[in-house]
Amino acid sequence: MYWNLTHFQASFVFALFTSIVFAVVSKNTDRDRLFYGLYVFGCFLAATFGLGWLMYLGHG
Amino acid sequence: MPQERPPAGKPAKDPRPPLKLWIGPVAIAWLLPGAGHFYLKRWNRGALLLLSVAGMFVFGLLMRGRMFEPESGDLFTMLLTYGGFIGNIASGALYFLTTWLGYSQPDLAGAVPDYGAKFLVCAGLLNILAIIDAYEIAVGRKS
Repeated sequence: MYWNLTHFQASFVFALFTSIVFAVVSKNTDRDRLFYGLYVFGCFLAATFGLGWLMYLGHG
Repeated sequence: MPQERPPAGKPAKDPRPPLKLWIGPVAIAWLLPGAGHFYLKRWNRGALLLLSVAGMFVFGLLMRGRMFEPESGDLFTMLLTYGGFIGNIASGALYFLTTWLGYSQPDLAGAVPDYGAKFLVCAGLLNILAIIDAYEIAVGRKS
């Protein structure tokens, strides 16, 4: 079995799992964990799109 | 003999917590991701950590990432392979079970196996964060 993920899918999965762990270990209340997890996940996705566009435009 | 006081304005340094207080949760947390939290009765957090670390590890396997083995040579090779190896073994039982069952991937060309290798290392690094969190809960620095 082999999963041939695209760059975006792999980045999405990485962002999802990483943001869950960051949220769990960083904050002290469930509410803070939820919002911090969503924030980190959003930051990962924003960085993915931002760097993607940067590479696209920089490549010419 | 009078006890030495910390300088004014600086808080006193915490004494080192006794080993028996944290060694169990830390060892269990290393062996099975999230188990340190289960041991400390933080069920929901343990489940989320187990899901995330094991999920990352399984994705790495399904993408045919390679496991790192320590190699000697130039400095860059040593840093890369030793660092990757430490990241791999930080996954605990997931790593030992996988290698015991014979998982062995050559360094395949292409982005997906490369991502897979990084996922396997990152699973271990995330587990290190979970181990530190279990330690802090065990010694009472965190609820």
